[in-house]
Amino acid sequence: MSKIEVKGIYKLFGKQPQKWLAAAQSGMSKEALLKESGHTLGLRDISLNIEEGSIHVIMGLSGSGKSTLIRHFNRLIEPTAGKILVDGQDVTALSRRELELFRQQKMSMVFQRFGLFPHRSVLDNAAYGLKVQGVERALREEKAMYWLDQVGLKGFEKQFPHQLSGGMQQRVGLARALATDAEILLMDEAFSALDPLIRREMQDQLLALQEKLHKTIVFITHDLDEALRLGNRIAILKDGELVQEGTSEDILLRPATDYVAAFLQDVNRSKVLTAAHAIHGGIPRLAPNSTPAEAVSAMAEAKQDYSAVLADGKLQGVLTLAAAQQAASQNSAIDTQLVEVAQVKGHTPLEEILGDLLTNKQPAAVVDEDGQYRGMLARSKVAELLGAQVV
Amino acid sequence: MFPELIPARQLRRAIDNWVEELVANYADTLELLSQPFLDLLIWIEQLLRQSPWWAVVGAVIAITFAVSRRWKLSLAMGALLSCIGLLGLWDKGMQTLALMIMATGLSVAIGIPLGILMARINWLRQIMLPVLDVMQTMPSFVYLIPVVMLFGLGKIPAIIATVVYAVPPLIRLTDLGIRLVDAEVLEASRAFGANSRQQLFGVQLPLALPNIMAGINQTTMMALSMVVIASMIGARGLGQEVLLGINRLEVGRGLLAGLAIVVLAIIFDRITQAFGQRQQARRGA
Ligand SMILES: Nc1ncnc2c1ncn2[C@@H]1O[C@H](COP(=O)(O)OP(=O)(O)OP(=O)(O)O)[C@@H](O)[C@H]1O
Ligand SMILES: [Mg+2]
Repeated sequence: MSKIEVKGIYKLFGKQPQKWLAAAQSGMSKEALLKESGHTLGLRDISLNIEEGSIHVIMGLSGSGKSTLIRHFNRLIEPTAGKILVDGQDVTALSRRELELFRQQKMSMVFQRFGLFPHRSVLDNAAYGLKVQGVERALREEKAMYWLDQVGLKGFEKQFPHQLSGGMQQRVGLARALATDAEILLMDEAFSALDPLIRREMQDQLLALQEKLHKTIVFITHDLDEALRLGNRIAILKDGELVQEGTSEDILLRPATDYVAAFLQDVNRSKVLTAAHAIHGGIPRLAPNSTPAEAVSAMAEAKQDYSAVLADGKLQGVLTLAAAQQAASQNSAIDTQLVEVAQVKGHTPLEEILGDLLTNKQPAAVVDEDGQYRGMLARSKVAELLGAQVV
Repeated sequence: MFPELIPARQLRRAIDNWVEELVANYADTLELLSQPFLDLLIWIEQLLRQSPWWAVVGAVIAITFAVSRRWKLSLAMGALLSCIGLLGLWDKGMQTLALMIMATGLSVAIGIPLGILMARINWLRQIMLPVLDVMQTMPSFVYLIPVVMLFGLGKIPAIIATVVYAVPPLIRLTDLGIRLVDAEVLEASRAFGANSRQQLFGVQLPLALPNIMAGINQTTMMALSMVVIASMIGARGLGQEVLLGINRLEVGRGLLAGLAIVVLAIIFDRITQAFGQRQQARRGA
């Protein structure tokens, strides 16, 4: 289900945006518009669906309109034309008071330069959203303490922001955003001001939190590695226009324009793409009590020479077509014929499994954190994902 | 000769008539309106003059310590104030101090709200900036005359003249301080659903405080520089001593009273600065 629907957003910066809207709609270029009218085209005809519980990355170079777009979601910026629906409710139609309540309850935000209040302690910063809502002191401090603890800042609550390092300050920003329990988290280049190591750590922390919280996250970055690592889906902006939107594979393997392709040039795919990206779609799944005949026909239908046997979502082993046929002829159950295969976690970078894949002819299974089966690793897909770069 | 496009003589006459009319029709009303301020000023003055000197010195030490948390500074301020007594000018000093407290208080009450409005409303800013320029550069004698015509000689016109001269820097610095607040920090408070009151009192004013304190500091300094002029229209105190010194060519009298004014200036300056600095140090700016 779409949590946020963006419908045909236009944004012109300048004195009389309405007057020049038609020109922008008829396709006048950003440069021409600036020259003729003195208006800057911020966004042109952006439509986007953001799924509940997903991390949706918005990417683009400096000045492409990322910050402008994300500020439309909580209406820090008013659109010149278009609508934003959140849970089906039109944000652009809210009255001032309704908008305040909407911001308090539905969305919270993390900022590139942290946006912390320098005159408030870390604890008061984290509790700010709740204070605005009028939550009483004891309760809001308790919640703020919990979230400061969650982001690893226990013991720092009495400090002031300037006494913390950049990474710690952004953790305060994250705690402040999480403390209001809003379902949607807007993150505008939240990690861009941090150095690479801290950045990676924060990304891991965000992913770990997301596994528990299942928020809808809109994450802005100009860094493709970060986009691919975090995003379930990625939207790419250029000069205020949406040039491509899709999963990381879509973007990596089928760049829509030269601009996107140029973006992808320096990406180390084997580092960015993970085992989860290389899952084979067509391997049949069987229950342990399937008959050999069923197994054979399932494999024939899928045109595969092996299948995965699952119980409670966990992989019991792999059944080859030959083994299934043998079981059929001997009239024995399939579970005597199962072969154990290696399992890799879904978020493992391809880089780390490449060696095994080359030396080991056995198929391998991809599982998630809890050991649940996600699919079989497809060699052909690995080759396709990485090979595109060699060419 | 420059061609006479506007008949200056008639213009002058028109202004004169207008002021005279104002005096004839509104002087009583204005006096009535100003009465509470006069009462307050007299009350402050009585309090300072009738309290024993050590109580006033003690109060200054306590206030300095409350805003600066520095013992040495606080004791130094107490010692400085005692100097006024040593110069034999305690009673006059207290009269001037009362006038300063009143003028500063009024300036804060007028200047900060105006500065806030200026930062929020663009057209008001466009109007206020030239008005402030005029207030700061117009020789004060020019507006002293109509003010005295309206209120008569005394404390009220002295206060008005002082405030008109001293309030502009506070208005300017309040406006500047609010507009200098980091846009992202203000945006953060909006993003969490703060209404404009919460934004003003929770973010903008606290962050503008160092600038506002600098404004109050300048306001007090400028107010002190007005005491001699204020005494010309009936304010008593140190200014009167300076004036007397000038009239009688008694350099010693003028110099000692002048030193006492400097002492008051230093005390006001250090207290307001210490407050601003402590605010700033807490947030590490
Ligand atoms: N308030 C404004 N007034 C005029 N033009 C603006 C305003 N805000 C943004 N713009 C213009 O809109 C365009 C998009 O800006 P935006 O800040 O959204 O870019 P961005 O993708 O976030 O860039 P960055 O990576 O540098 O943060 C730019 O051309 C910018 O100049
Ligand atoms: Mg930006």
